[in-house]
Amino acid sequence: MTTVIRADGLAKRYSLGEHQAAYGTLRESLSHLGRRIRRREHHAEAAEIWALRDVSFEVRQGEVLGIIGRNGAGKSTLLKVLTRITTPTAGRVEIRGRVGSLLEVGTGFHPELTGRENVYLNGSILGMKRREIDARYDAIVEFSGVEKFIDTPVKRYSSGMYVRLAFAVAAHLEPEILLVDEVLAVGDAEFQRRCLGRMEELGSSGRTVIFVSHQLPAVAQLCDRALQIESGYVVGNGPPVDVIASYLHQTHSSGTERTWTEDTAPGDDLAKILAIRVPSHEGMPPDVFDVRRPIGIEIVFRVLREGKPVFPKVKVLDQEGAVAFNAMDTHERWLQRSAPGEYVSTAWIPGNLLNEGSVIVEAAVCSIDFPKLEHHAAVYEAVSFEVLDPGEGDSARGVFSGQWKGVVRPLLEWECEVVVPRMASQRVAPDGDVARS
Amino acid sequence: MTTPGSSLVDERTSDGVGDTGGNPGPAADAAVAFVDEAAAHRLSVIQPASRLPHLAVSELWHYRDLLWTLVWRDIVVRYKQTFLGIAWALLVPVFTATVYVVIFGKFANFPDGGTPYPSLVLAGVLPMQYFASALALSSMSLVSNLQLVTKVYFPRTLLPLAAVLVPYLDFLIGLPVLVFLMWYYDTWPQGIQFVTAPLFMGLAVVTALGSGFLLSAINVRFRDVRYMIPVFLQVLPLLSGVMFAVSDIPTKWQWILALNPMTAVISGWRWAVLDAPEPVWGQTALGVAVAAVLFVGGLAVFRSAEPRFADTI
Repeated sequence: MTTVIRADGLAKRYSLGEHQAAYGTLRESLSHLGRRIRRREHHAEAAEIWALRDVSFEVRQGEVLGIIGRNGAGKSTLLKVLTRITTPTAGRVEIRGRVGSLLEVGTGFHPELTGRENVYLNGSILGMKRREIDARYDAIVEFSGVEKFIDTPVKRYSSGMYVRLAFAVAAHLEPEILLVDEVLAVGDAEFQRRCLGRMEELGSSGRTVIFVSHQLPAVAQLCDRALQIESGYVVGNGPPVDVIASYLHQTHSSGTERTWTEDTAPGDDLAKILAIRVPSHEGMPPDVFDVRRPIGIEIVFRVLREGKPVFPKVKVLDQEGAVAFNAMDTHERWLQRSAPGEYVSTAWIPGNLLNEGSVIVEAAVCSIDFPKLEHHAAVYEAVSFEVLDPGEGDSARGVFSGQWKGVVRPLLEWECEVVVPRMASQRVAPDGDVARS
Repeated sequence: MTTPGSSLVDERTSDGVGDTGGNPGPAADAAVAFVDEAAAHRLSVIQPASRLPHLAVSELWHYRDLLWTLVWRDIVVRYKQTFLGIAWALLVPVFTATVYVVIFGKFANFPDGGTPYPSLVLAGVLPMQYFASALALSSMSLVSNLQLVTKVYFPRTLLPLAAVLVPYLDFLIGLPVLVFLMWYYDTWPQGIQFVTAPLFMGLAVVTALGSGFLLSAINVRFRDVRYMIPVFLQVLPLLSGVMFAVSDIPTKWQWILALNPMTAVISGWRWAVLDAPEPVWGQTALGVAVAAVLFVGGLAVFRSAEPRFADTI
């Protein structure tokens, strides 16, 4: 297959001073200039950040490439360079084919214009020619499901209608190369499902898609290949599952124990988390746990003053970032007003519940602020460890040693009755007849 | 597939520019698929920005649909949810001209250079109104389209360009009032100079676009522009001879006013449509030269700031 995108040594530098002055007034800038002249500060001293450094990669036609990385790693900058919203400081990209980009849905929607007018406006902004919009107009309106209101200004739309119409336009964009940012981060579950479905469609119809996302399961599911960016460098490039696993491993090399000092302990004025640890299993390396044995997650936290009832909570994720479960301590102790003091809470994850692989634990001290939980102290990706099946035949996988999918892998109770087979004898009989005749 | 040489292709970006002329395949007429064969073979190159003050006309041409859409959007939105709607395009210049006629014509006795004063004033007010709107809109164009600038690529020059085209409609709508005055005072243009009228309006467009490039680029970084412009537009009619005939003021001052391209626009326009005295061509040339410098300079500033628009806006 032919290469449609070839990036070679891309680099992008931001000067920090520039960022700070971005919203400055002329006066501030002039006085800054004055100061600089007086103190003879040199311009080059201004701090610089390389958002991208020597980024090279290729994308073949029809490939769906996922770009992952931490916040601030440079993914969005890379996408901005590829979409030409910003120019690189060095390097070069060659793109073969018509590019469509989708950094958000509804770019350029004008509230005063009607739905119909916005379809044309938005389509044109996304790079469609007028005749293309004409031809797809009916399909777009039907897809959006807002036919009745198509001549109403969109400022009178509900936010759901607005997003549906905006997405309908975007979904009918048919470039050869589509660059997508975390569009999926907005909207409800139904909307996200449609977004993913549409991208899957595009991918399978031979179009090239580059997809920047935090949603690791989506990347794992949709992409043929993943690129990991870290501090502006490409640090991983390969099959999504491998890249995601190594990404999580790097991110969560936090180990099985984390402690904080008084000053650094995360939390607010009500509660602070002092330590999180996962006591190791006897006879196993410290960060590897036996799938069959319970795993304890110990949270040490301090309640600083009397206040709302607070309670500890954990969230367990698998190596692709999918949430396995949330759990909180529901003991009645935590229903009363919080009493100042230091607490050590241990959450026991039963044996034979998690699947094998990397596990990430987030810990928090929360209170109820219906309909949400208020996090007073929270540590994301706090500790991580590996779950291993020693393969002694008494786990959920029995004697099978191949790949075993699933976020969890419970050892279920199986009930089985051996029914003395009248059915079986009936089934055998015709064969017997055939054999006899 | 040929690779566009860097000398051929504009170095910054080249969507639509590096059209290497891929031959349209047999599927070119497949209206459903819209496989733009030329586009399919197009090679775009993304590189560090070149700061030469080039207009990249071929790229603008490629994006002409978007230009018209932006113009259309601004025109449609301009008078939405107003009671009088597009009639404002008529009322504003008429009202302004009436005030000028009463204050400066009746009380202050400004020199009219032999032209009926109401015609003289309206022939000044119409181009000035156009310029004022064009300048205000274009200098705000990048900031008011912030959402587009940070989320989607197109040549940024489209925004000030669309902004100077939008108020042209208002200008055209105001014209019949001037024609009415020409009929009322019987000051029809004499002779062939009539055809130069669009050229003088063209000068106004170029001046507005040049200043629009300059001010919109500055405005991305320094929002002070927003406060400067109304002040500037308040004194500009006085500096452009909207309410008096420039030929009637001392020569030295005529030349000082000639540094302002809008003076050349207004004098020339009066000569073309009202049979007013011929402008001093040296002064017109000076105005044109200033407009040209403004255009090239504005474009240069715009181009040099362009790579950072999305980062600093």
